[in-house]
Amino acid sequence: MTVGLTHFLVVSTLLFSMGLYAIITRKNAILVLMGIELILNSANINFVAFSRFGNFGYSGHLVALFVIVLAAAEAAIALAIVLNIYKNMSTVNVDEIDNLRD
Amino acid sequence: MNYYDIIFYLFAAVTLLSALMVVTNRNIVHSAFYLLFTFFGVAGLYVLLAADFIAIVQLIVYVGGILILLLFGVMLTNKITNVEIKTGTINLVPAVIGIGLFAGALLASVINAPWKINIAEKTFPTTKILGTLLIQEYLLIFELLGIILLIALIGAASIARK
Amino acid sequence: MYESTLINLSLFILLLPLLGFVVTLLLGKKVKSVFIFENLIIILTFFSSVYLLYSKLANFRTTKISSELEWFGFNNFITGTKLSINLGFMIDNITAIMLFVVALISMLVHLYSIEYMKGDERYNRYFAYLGIFTFSMNGIVLTNNILMMYIFWELVGLSSYLLIGFWFEKKTAADAGKKAFIVNRIGDIGMFAGILILFLTYQTFSFDKIFSSISSGVLPFNSDFWLTVTGILLFCGAIGKSAQFPLHVWLPDAMEGPTPVSALIHAATMVAAGVYLVVRIFGLLTADAMLFIGVIGMISAFIPATIALTQNDIKKVLAYSTVSQLGYMIMALGVGAYQFAFFHLVTHAFFKAALFLGSGSVIHAMHHEQDIRKMGGLRNKMPLTYWTFVISSLAISGIPLTSGFLSKDGIIASSMAFANLTGHYLFPIFSLVVALLTAFYMFRLIILTFHGEPRDIHKFEHAHESPFLMVMPLVLLAGLSIFIWYTPNPLNSEQGWILSKWIEKPTVFTPERSRFDFMKSSSDEENNIKQSYLDAEVYKEAMHSAHYPAMILSELMAILGILFAFIVYQWKKINADSIADKIKPLYNFSLNKWYFDEIYNKTFVAFTIGLSKVLAWFDAKIIDGMVNGSAFLTKHFSFFIGNFDKYVIDGIVNFTAYFNGFIGLLVRRIQTGKVQSYLALVIFSLVILLFIFK
Repeated sequence: MTVGLTHFLVVSTLLFSMGLYAIITRKNAILVLMGIELILNSANINFVAFSRFGNFGYSGHLVALFVIVLAAAEAAIALAIVLNIYKNMSTVNVDEIDNLRD
Repeated sequence: MNYYDIIFYLFAAVTLLSALMVVTNRNIVHSAFYLLFTFFGVAGLYVLLAADFIAIVQLIVYVGGILILLLFGVMLTNKITNVEIKTGTINLVPAVIGIGLFAGALLASVINAPWKINIAEKTFPTTKILGTLLIQEYLLIFELLGIILLIALIGAASIARK
Repeated sequence: MYESTLINLSLFILLLPLLGFVVTLLLGKKVKSVFIFENLIIILTFFSSVYLLYSKLANFRTTKISSELEWFGFNNFITGTKLSINLGFMIDNITAIMLFVVALISMLVHLYSIEYMKGDERYNRYFAYLGIFTFSMNGIVLTNNILMMYIFWELVGLSSYLLIGFWFEKKTAADAGKKAFIVNRIGDIGMFAGILILFLTYQTFSFDKIFSSISSGVLPFNSDFWLTVTGILLFCGAIGKSAQFPLHVWLPDAMEGPTPVSALIHAATMVAAGVYLVVRIFGLLTADAMLFIGVIGMISAFIPATIALTQNDIKKVLAYSTVSQLGYMIMALGVGAYQFAFFHLVTHAFFKAALFLGSGSVIHAMHHEQDIRKMGGLRNKMPLTYWTFVISSLAISGIPLTSGFLSKDGIIASSMAFANLTGHYLFPIFSLVVALLTAFYMFRLIILTFHGEPRDIHKFEHAHESPFLMVMPLVLLAGLSIFIWYTPNPLNSEQGWILSKWIEKPTVFTPERSRFDFMKSSSDEENNIKQSYLDAEVYKEAMHSAHYPAMILSELMAILGILFAFIVYQWKKINADSIADKIKPLYNFSLNKWYFDEIYNKTFVAFTIGLSKVLAWFDAKIIDGMVNGSAFLTKHFSFFIGNFDKYVIDGIVNFTAYFNGFIGLLVRRIQTGKVQSYLALVIFSLVILLFIFK
């Protein structure tokens, strides 16, 4: 069986699942951010793969490019937030930040 | 089994294994370094998908920018010498069950889906085409992205300074 | 001079006393001298009414000025018609003259009261009441519709009540006020019913519109009978207000009020409002209604005259003579002597006000002694009072050269003419008898009060002539009792300007079939001018032939009465007491006022009290029982409801609360506030959804 669209999609699915796992299970906010990056990467793989195997021109590439740009922006903002949280609560453990309950 | 396939499996393995290490490693710094390999593997997959420009951008932005940023985050929020650098997990059992079921469902649908394959022609390099598109069809989005980046930078600086 | 000027002037005259009333009442307690304001107001009112009378007679002698504005209206959207209730003024010569009389007497009484009421603790309030009385009386006079007249009618009733009971610390005064009010209400119920019948039939209150509808043949319930009933019902108001038999009992009691009030309200103006009402509605009276009115007037003229013979209270005698004279006027209207009735109203207003104010002067001088048996010999002490009193008494007795002669003689002549035309001979007989009685009791009063020896030396010593402000009105009013103001010929009032020029001849609007024969319009239709029956040949002839006999007979009666009074009381040729002893039952009958009060107390009052006792018992036992029973039921029912609430409803509510709390307890555990657990839940739900919609 030669490598085709399905292979890439499987890789991307697994990558997505692992990102999700990181987001849900890890306590540290930085790790949660890493999970988000994984998810974004998996999405990007999908875009580029569909672009390659679906003959949609180069729009997939461009969207992937945009996603990367947005990921950069998101990372900057998210880290700033994390730093702020750390400054205010002196922790970055997500499970300890449960002010939403009240 | 040709070279293409071998290379694909190689990169896929690098990506997935390192990603697994990222999400399971207790040490955050190690996770960050494993993330480097993940991004590298993904970049390789892009190359296999004939997206040379995206692969390069992936390397430059993710590896050179975001990863460094994350490392800074780790260093600013954890003292390196502290044992706190190791971090635990929560919701392990429900997460494994839920994600397992979810991933299973996704995989089943991805594998069983009757994809319509219509392979595009390979053209190298893609840089010129993407550049043309960016300043023609996607000009507005391009400009908006620039603004978003600017706002994000200002916002990040302003949030972090508080 | 425009008609609207007169209308505006009359509005001014109407509202001025109201202003006086409001200001005097509001400032009365703070500003001691506010009564001066009220007096100035009333003087201004008087001069305005003089000007009004002059303008009316000089510029619009034959026109009737009226003005209306809509008070409120009801739109009937189904038929598209509109029913409007109007307010309005109507000024004819009668209105103008009446307004003048009211304003003049009101002004004189105001001025007189300044002295008479001096030192009273509610001095200013007294003037305020006089102000509202003048306002209401002007309203009655000026109106052009019966509804507004009824409103002001009740307002004069109110001011009369307030003034009779002015010294309400005295129980008799308070009772008299109540009596006047209640007795008047009885008459007013009749009047109200009459007004309702009129409104039901004609959808308007305006006199003119009602009259024109009647002359075009529209009748209440389409029958002459109901027109008669309507006339009599409206006349009931006059019975009450003008103190006619059988509702005359309130007027003598009303003498409990201050004497100037008796002069203004209970002699000259308000009681004449009844006569004025009949004058206004004269056009719709059928022959039967007129006969009824005439009989009532005759009885009311006779009975009080007999009572007045034996009364010893100076004001009571005058009060009964007032009822008697009002009876004359009413009778005159009944026999169709429209113009003489109004003429007598005017002349009577002047000489009776003079008499009352004179009696007030005497009472003032005698330190509130009203019993004529304790007076006597005041002639020399109070010459002005005496002479004005004598002139007024001559006028009321109908001696020539006085105004009373002119009007009274006219009434007697009219009643004779009426008797000749229709055969009702009781009217002239009774009016002559009353003339005799009137002359007798008036001179009995004068002789006992002013002549002879003083019977109460102590009070006599302190008696003195009254001050200028009290004497001036007396002189003025007595002066107005002289013939010269009314006619150049002292023996024939027909040539006078009042009768020949000023008073409009009455027009009768009732159907021909329900009129007296002499009122039917003459058969010669060629001139076709709607002429009054007064100008008809038949009536003129009857009047002409009745003129001299009436004059001679009435003079004879008056002189006989005066002579008899002098024989009995001045020269003491006959002992009054021995006559009284001889006819003891008759004497007592008269002295006790024909036992009217006793009869009313035994019958109507007792019946009312008995009825109210029965009703009270009914209230106490049955209504209260029902109320208590329902309260009992309600109470127990509420207990039941309360327990039901407490255990069942509250139980359900509490159970719901507990249940919700329990559910909440379960659900709360999911709500951790941790983003990650939420995300895990989202994943689970997503998976479930995926499997459902596979």
